[in-house]
Amino acid sequence: MTVTDDREVGAARRRKEDARLITGRTRWTDNLTLPGLLHMAILRSPYASARIVSVDTSAALSRPNVVAAFSGADVADVQGSLPCAWPVTEDIVHPDRPPLAVDMVRHHGEAVAVVVARDRASAMDALEAIEVDYEPLTPVLDLEEALADGAILVHPDKGTNLSYTWVFDSAAAGTGTDVATVDAEVVIERRYVQQRLIPAFMEPRSVIVDPGAGDYTIWSSTQIPHILRVFYALITGVPEHKIRVIAPDVGGGFGGKLHVTPEELITFMAARRIGRPVKYTETRSETMLAGHHGRDMIQDVRLTARRDGTVTGMSVKLIANMGAYLGLVGPGTPILGAFMYNGIYKFAAYRFECNGVFTNTTLTDPYRGAGRPEATYAIERAMDELAVELGLDPIEVRRRNWIKKEEFPFTTVAGLVYDSGDYDAATDKALMLLGYDELRKEQEARRASGDPVQLGIGTSTYTEMCGLAPSRILGALRYAAGGWETASVRVLPTGKVEVVTGVSPHGQGHETAWSQIVADELGVAFDDVEVLHGDTRTSHKGLDTYGSRSLAVGGIALVEACRKVRDKARTVAAHMLECSPDDLEFTGGAFRVRGTPDAAKTVADAAFAVFAAHDLPDGIEPTLDADATFDPETFSFPHGTHLCAVEVDTQTGHVSIRKYVAVDDVGKVINPTIVEGQVHGGVAQGIAQALHEEAVYDESGTLVTGSFVDYTPPTAADLPDIVTDRTETPATTHPLGVKGVGEAGTIASTPAVVNAIVDALRPYGISDVPMPCTPERVWRAIRAVGTETEGGRS
Amino acid sequence: MSSTAKITVTVDGDQYIDTVEARTLLVHYLRETIGKVGTVIGCDTSNCGSCTVLMSTGDQPARSVKSCSVLAVQADGATITTVEGLAGPDGSLHPVQRAFHELHGLQCGFCTPGMIMSAVDLLRDNPDPTDEQIRDGLSGNLCRCTGYQNIVRAVRAAAGEGVAS
Repeated sequence: MTVTDDREVGAARRRKEDARLITGRTRWTDNLTLPGLLHMAILRSPYASARIVSVDTSAALSRPNVVAAFSGADVADVQGSLPCAWPVTEDIVHPDRPPLAVDMVRHHGEAVAVVVARDRASAMDALEAIEVDYEPLTPVLDLEEALADGAILVHPDKGTNLSYTWVFDSAAAGTGTDVATVDAEVVIERRYVQQRLIPAFMEPRSVIVDPGAGDYTIWSSTQIPHILRVFYALITGVPEHKIRVIAPDVGGGFGGKLHVTPEELITFMAARRIGRPVKYTETRSETMLAGHHGRDMIQDVRLTARRDGTVTGMSVKLIANMGAYLGLVGPGTPILGAFMYNGIYKFAAYRFECNGVFTNTTLTDPYRGAGRPEATYAIERAMDELAVELGLDPIEVRRRNWIKKEEFPFTTVAGLVYDSGDYDAATDKALMLLGYDELRKEQEARRASGDPVQLGIGTSTYTEMCGLAPSRILGALRYAAGGWETASVRVLPTGKVEVVTGVSPHGQGHETAWSQIVADELGVAFDDVEVLHGDTRTSHKGLDTYGSRSLAVGGIALVEACRKVRDKARTVAAHMLECSPDDLEFTGGAFRVRGTPDAAKTVADAAFAVFAAHDLPDGIEPTLDADATFDPETFSFPHGTHLCAVEVDTQTGHVSIRKYVAVDDVGKVINPTIVEGQVHGGVAQGIAQALHEEAVYDESGTLVTGSFVDYTPPTAADLPDIVTDRTETPATTHPLGVKGVGEAGTIASTPAVVNAIVDALRPYGISDVPMPCTPERVWRAIRAVGTETEGGRS
Repeated sequence: MSSTAKITVTVDGDQYIDTVEARTLLVHYLRETIGKVGTVIGCDTSNCGSCTVLMSTGDQPARSVKSCSVLAVQADGATITTVEGLAGPDGSLHPVQRAFHELHGLQCGFCTPGMIMSAVDLLRDNPDPTDEQIRDGLSGNLCRCTGYQNIVRAVRAAAGEGVAS
């Protein structure tokens, strides 16, 4: 029975969040101040690897306005170690990670000492008075060198740079056969390198710790206030109920604020030692140096197929750069991709191996997509290679292998059950929007005429696992926490509704989308719903926002809480209308007596009746509130087809995106405007990986892309218009039908762009250009093959 | 320890007289001295544009400046408009603010104050820009959320309302 009218769900509502953001009335952490607030600055290591002989902070203490200064040695006994919540194997090598380095620094930018002062400028000035005696050591930076015999060790006491080896084999798992036994008439073997990226959220991280009288209040620019609170309690020994964490307005995250940071712990130590509130706001340079990085892995891929184009198996061997330490979920990030290398295809056999390796670099942790963009890149690039090998159109070779609409639910070779999808529909729509056939003709003409500007078309047909995550599966993967989500709905006496959600938005528009859902579920006005989040005093429980989980998990909890409230309101309304609850239908925003629609009571009517409590049915508690916690049984699987047409100037190497089409199927859509915005931003970040961004260390381990001068997120002038459209195949595994959209664009777009560039350059004998495909790299790739074909002349 | 100077500056219609250190950046003055925290800091190399405000001195018309690239003492005698002073006295939104809201030209909103102020300046310069001119004109402002597409749409829509007049 349909019990709600979809008035709000599906509507292109303008966002509630905007009012404060477009007028500058925003509560960023750095905007907040408190009486007696002190400011902290951090001295960071200029070396990638060095022994700390001594740190002397005494001269800093005598600088103007300085209140305190301390080093790692001063807090060594109390500072504890930063957490890794995802030790992916039983025997993982998991070194301690002190917030402030004590004996050794292991990456450029590691925190060494701090100054706390009455104002920020004084704190920063006094850093120069701290004397540190370093004994520089040779760093290990290259992934394969780190694994070689006799390698320099990042953690000498551990005896190895290999943190873990994690393997999935479909033969062992019973989800497929052995990769060694399948037909291999055609073999595609490639090495792809996922360059290191920096999340580069626009708001630098900031934290304030107010020690109160032992009851701590902490504001942090974080994606994970609830998880942060748990770890503060575990690390500092302060009882959890004496810690309140608030994530106020947070300016982007993209996984980069999915962390328990050294800075959060150091600020806590400073506030605790001094007994006054302390703020730390990083500079952009510090974000680049010491906020975690993403990607950075070598992928050796082997795809086997029959000559008719049927893919039979895939083997993947990864070397994943952990950096100098293990991040909060760093070891698990490549493992999230382990289940996605088969993409949307039906393979008989699959083997995946990931080796997590330490180097003297900033640690890696999730960045938008987290493992799944890397997986999608590898399979979608390899599928293009297979198409070339067989002389097939890249779309055709995909069609011959992907799961058909009527084959869902489908258990993949990686062991996941995809509930639904329609890959033909999304692809057909994308081909039409791109004008695929016309562009192929133009490509032919340009090739024939030897046009110096060549045209290429890139395809990416992707799916991803969203809605992180079923708690039992997370447990099986050795993740420390669960994957449930929670919501509370309370109807106030005047019929207004307060909703508390356990997810923690930082740009996604949850206040708007959640209001739309509640408006339909309870028959109240959109503007009568207030969504509360990100403060552990009002939102006691939650697992926060990452992994495209907020709507696909938190949204279901919200619907379930609304339905509990509605059921209770129905009982109260029936009592008021002197009928049986079964005689009522919920339509037009009210409970109406069937056949007598004028006899009606709204949820607001029931709320006031409950508030007065003068005449309630027996056994009814006088509240109109409900909580719900939802633990998904499975993931959700959005999918889509992205097509990209590029023009490559073969004389300069410049790549220009001529047209980009994204057709995504994210299941049921709550707010199409927000969904489109997520796709735009995701695609932009994926294009950025393909064309623009790379975090680079020089041979001394110094990060040379330490600012926006050298690490170059694309500007408006660098990006194309993106044509977006959708197909809609609802998820079948929960009542809302949504699948998640936060990461889709990033996952799909990178291979679409690089496939297009390589497609343009096929006539030159080029089958790869390393990312980012800058003009220099494209030009060098063309020149390198030119040199070969011209017999070694340069 | 450092030299100071007395400045008089009008910000969002109110006059302020303060003594500042010579090295104080305008953005720090706005945020820390007079509490205009609507203007934010996104980088330390003048690349991101998050701190953009409008500034006029003498008879010169107001132009957008990155307030991290201006010393507070350089703003002595200047009139400055931040995102907090853009709406009308009755709270009615500036057409550029309204267009950003209507066309979903923001997500996390951190770059938005600077982006809006740059767009206002862009439209004063060029009341009817092409998409390409909008993209070029805003290339000093970084946004990580939107891919700029809805920002371009918003500026185009605001231009259609004749903002510059």
